[in-house]
Order: sequence, then C-alpha cells, then structure tokens
Amino acid sequence: MKIRDLTELAARNLREAVLRNALTTLGIGVGVASLVAMLSLGVGLQRLVAQHLARTGLFNAIFVMPHSGFRRFESRPNPAPPKKSPPLDEDAMQAMARLRNVIEVYPQIRFLTEARYGGNSFPAIVGGIPLSDRSGGAFDGMEGRFFSSPTADEAILQIGFARRIAKNPASLVGKEMAVRYAEREPLAAAGGKKSSSAADASTKGASPGFSIVLRETQLKIVGIVKTDPEGFGHFGRGQLFVPLRVSEKLHATQISDLRQFLHGPTPQPTYSTVTVRVTDPSKVAAVEAAIKKMGFATFSLLDTTRNLRLFFAVFDLLLGIFGGLALVVATLGIVNTLVMAILERRREIGVLKALGAADRDVRELFFSEAGVMGFVGGIFGVALGWAIGRALTFGTDVYLHHRNLPPVDISFVPWWLAVGAILFAVAVSLAAGIYPASRAARLDPVEALRYE
Amino acid sequence: MGEALIRAVDDVTLSIHRGEFLALLGASGSGKSTLLNLMAGLDRPTSGAIFAEGRDLAALDGRELARYRSQTAGIVFQAFNLLPRMTLEENVELPLRLAEVERRERAQRVREALERVHLEKRREHRPAELSGGEQQRGAIARALVNRPAILFADEPTGNLDSATGVEILELLREINQTLGATIVLVTHERPLAEQFAGRLATMQDGRLAAA
Repeated sequence: MKIRDLTELAARNLREAVLRNALTTLGIGVGVASLVAMLSLGVGLQRLVAQHLARTGLFNAIFVMPHSGFRRFESRPNPAPPKKSPPLDEDAMQAMARLRNVIEVYPQIRFLTEARYGGNSFPAIVGGIPLSDRSGGAFDGMEGRFFSSPTADEAILQIGFARRIAKNPASLVGKEMAVRYAEREPLAAAGGKKSSSAADASTKGASPGFSIVLRETQLKIVGIVKTDPEGFGHFGRGQLFVPLRVSEKLHATQISDLRQFLHGPTPQPTYSTVTVRVTDPSKVAAVEAAIKKMGFATFSLLDTTRNLRLFFAVFDLLLGIFGGLALVVATLGIVNTLVMAILERRREIGVLKALGAADRDVRELFFSEAGVMGFVGGIFGVALGWAIGRALTFGTDVYLHHRNLPPVDISFVPWWLAVGAILFAVAVSLAAGIYPASRAARLDPVEALRYE
Repeated sequence: MGEALIRAVDDVTLSIHRGEFLALLGASGSGKSTLLNLMAGLDRPTSGAIFAEGRDLAALDGRELARYRSQTAGIVFQAFNLLPRMTLEENVELPLRLAEVERRERAQRVREALERVHLEKRREHRPAELSGGEQQRGAIARALVNRPAILFADEPTGNLDSATGVEILELLREINQTLGATIVLVTHERPLAEQFAGRLATMQDGRLAAA
C-alpha cells in the first residue's frame, strides 16, 4: 500500500477505537511530556548558568600573573620552589598579543582614589575598563550610557558606591566629580634622596625608584552599573570605572607597585595581572600553554567550565532517565493496545488478506497505527512538557518575586528538543509495534475468517 | 488438536473453464469451502497443484499469492465481511488501495462497481445501516472493483432469506454473462445451484463425487 493510504487507514482505525487509542496516546504523551519537562529544566538551568557566566566575559579570558611564590590559585601539598618570571610589562604584553587567536591583551589597572562630590569625600578603587567589555553583557540594562570614546574623561559608577554618594544614584548621571589619586613619577636622577642606606646597598642602582605625587582629575559620570565587569581574578572590587586608556594615562600608583618594587624594581611599570582575550573559549588551552611557556602563571575558567559541562551532561542524563521511564511505561501501553487490537480485529485482518493484502501490508498498517499514535502522542507530549516547564518557571518566579529577586527562565524547550522528542516518541512507538505488527501479519486468513 | 492428519480436500482433479459458472455442492464438512479457499489463494495445498491463469498457486510465495488475490480473484463470503467502521464506498475502495490504484481512477471504479450492484445511493452508509441483501451486493461490488477474472462466492446466500438469495444469484449470473467473469459458487442448496449454475460439482468427504 502507498504511504498515504496506510496513514489514512491507520488514522481512521485509531479514530474508530477512539477511547482506547486516546488513552494509549495519552500515555505516550505523558511519557514524552515528562521527558521534555525534565530535559527542558536541564537545558533551561544550563542556559541560565551559561548566560550568567558569559555575561562576565570570563570564558575566553586568560589571566596572566608573574610567578610570585604566593600560589594563589594552585595549592599543592609540596610546593615547588617559586619560579622567577620575566617582568609582566609592556614588552611581555606585546609578545602575548602576537600569539595566535589572541584578540587583545590589556593590563589590570586598579588604584586607590578619593572621589569628591558635593563637599564630601569617598575612598574608591578605580578600575580601567577596556571598551571591548561593553559586549560582555555586564553593561546591559545599565543606568545612563557607556563611555563615549576610549579616551573620554568619563566615569561609570558601581551601584553600591553610587548609593553611598547619593540617595538617588540615577541623579548622578551627567554630573562632574573630582578624583584624587597618587601619580607614580620617575625620579629625575639616580641616587637622589634615598633615606635608607640598606635599600641603597641592596638595589645597587639598578632602579631609580619612583616618587608619588598627589594629583586630581575631573571626571564626568555617564553611567551606573550593577556589577564589576573586570572583577574576577583581580585585586579589589572596582567601584569607579574609567576607560582603560584614561587610567593608563594617569600613571597612577598601582596597589601592587609596592610589592613589585620590593621584589625587584624595573625601569618601566609592571602589572600584577594582565588579561588576555582569545577568539573562542576552545582556544583558551593552547594560548594558555604558550603563555605558561613564556614563564608566567596563568589562570582561566576552562577547567571550571569543563566540570560544569560534565555536571550538566550527567544532570541531563539523570533527568532523561526519569523522563524515559515514563515513556517505557507508555511503550508497554502501545504493545498492549495493539495486541488487543489484533485479537479484536482478527476478522478485519482476514478480510484485508482476502482482498489482496500481503503480509507486508498488514504489518505496515499496524506499524503505521503505532507510528501515528507515537506522533500524535509526541506532539501532545511536547506541548504538555512545555506547559509543565512554564508552570515550573511561573512557580519559581512567584517565589523569587516574594523574595524580591528578578524572574528567571528555569525551563527552556529548544527546537531540537521538541523535534527530537516527537521523533523519539515515533521511534519508540514503532519499536513497540514490531511484535504486534508481525503477529498480525502472520495471521492465517482462513483461520481469521472462520469464526464469527 | 491431536496429530491425526485430516484431509479436508483429497485427490481432487477439477477443471474450470474461462467464463464458466460452476457450483460446488456438498454437505457441510465435505471440503467444498476448503477447495474454494485453495482456489482463491487463501490457503495452500500440502501437495498437488492449482493452476489459475497459467500459474501454479501452490508454487507462489506469499507476496505473489497476495497479488493473485488482489488482481485475479474476487471473493464473496457468507457473512458479507464488510468492515463495519467504513462506509460502503470505503469498503469497495479498499481492494483498490491495496492494489495501489491511482486515486483519480479509484472514485470512477468505485462508482462503476456500485452502479453494477445498484447501490450507488447507499454509498455513504455504513454496513450496519444496510439490509443483508444490500450488504452482500456491496460485498460483490467490492469483489468486482479490481476486475477479477474469477469470482469466488462462498455460500453467499447462507445468511439471506430465499427471495434475497435469488436476487444475489441473479446478480452473479448477470456478472457472469455481461462481464464474462468465471464464477465459482459454493452452496449446499442444490435447487438454487441447478437454477443458476452452468455446471455442478459435488464434494463428499473431501473428494469430488460428481462433476
């Protein structure tokens, strides 16, 4: 028989025994629904976590530090003797920028300031922000706007800091504020005003050292942001952000300068941390290895994300198994319905054979009925599963609302899950139809027609 | 039950000519229905050969036999055996679906077959809404729709009153004469057989008693 005739007949047969078939189809639907609901939860949570992490812009970032002997990120029971790194300065950064798949390299610039506004002064840590951070998502939904240019004397305030300055943080946007900071100024001549003779002896004139000078600059507040986009892997939480180039231009004394100075003074400024951005998270490992070879310590979230992915794979598998169990029960329902149908439709099968149906036609007919049940049940199940997911999201959001937290989408049905679930339902139904269909096909027409 | 071999049809040699109207007579259990099932391709002989349209049915595989039932043989049963869930029209269309006849052609053929049995007005009815005679005429239309060379009728009047039974046999004779279809009628009503069939063959205990 042709496919169209098969499906027509199958659909018609199913319609006629509507109650029993509807219950079987409902069984498949519920099975698929539980599968879809479970997996949509898995996918939704994964997406939620991935979004939050992507927002931080950490997945394609490598943080580079000199080996300090302090071992902040790797803790082994028997630490090897501290390695000596080359200075993490402009030259090192340019070498890193030349590596393949590196988009940009920029230093972490953080320094202490005193901001003055409305006659009061507020201590603040200033952070330099590269313009590329804008796409990271941390500035989505910010108050005001992002920096107008890489060299604009503009500031974006962290919301907590802004609240300390003004009751209504939004009112700060567009205002000017003065910022006092300590400039690092190279000494004019070597061997000048060293007060300590011990320091004289140890440095042997290798570095001129530097002096610290009080400066003040005017910044225009252009925006207020919730999170610190560069706040991970860095010292101190930024409260006042300026364009990276502006922060470099100020030559402010870094928080880490003193430690670096004692460790081994160098003629040009060095950085405690440099961020290396690569084109794609998958390129992190190779670039990280290359930088390690240059003699620096590195840190990336690669291992963390690998574990996270593994966790979600197992999580999805577990959810899928629970959802799948329901589908197994539904499968037994299909087998039962079709076997019962054979007993009930013996005569019909006999008639079909007498009218010229080959075994194959009968088998295909029963197969099609199983397939149609699977298809209808699959569609119904996806819709139901989606609805369950929405209900869970709604329930969660009601709970979050009561706790004054923003709503989240904990369940998500991507198109591949919907299509996959329907295909899976059809496949499972067809598998369930194998035995009944071949039994129906083997029926002897003379036997089948003999009894009333 | 049991191991004893029962020979329902044994040592039968019978030739039926093209266009003939043959009646197979015999008491119940005489093997006449089994013989019909063998000739109609519903059953297979354990030994021997059945030639129909130049082919040995005993040598055909399941698929070829199904094709024979579809293309060459038409079958009418005592119990009508129309599928109760389908309308008359759909019942008659069923062999065309199985034979994979084009959709466009089907409607035409169904109409012709129903006209031949004078049921064109009842085409949308379900079997339960038809009288016994109408159901049997519908079954004949279904058997004819694929234009078979041979029409097998197994006690077609067995579930009908005698007047309606006569109507059915008249219809079969008309089909035999106008379409030239070979008709094999199984019945135990000798008077009817004598009235309509061109030749009589009588079965007794699985053997042909008189041909």
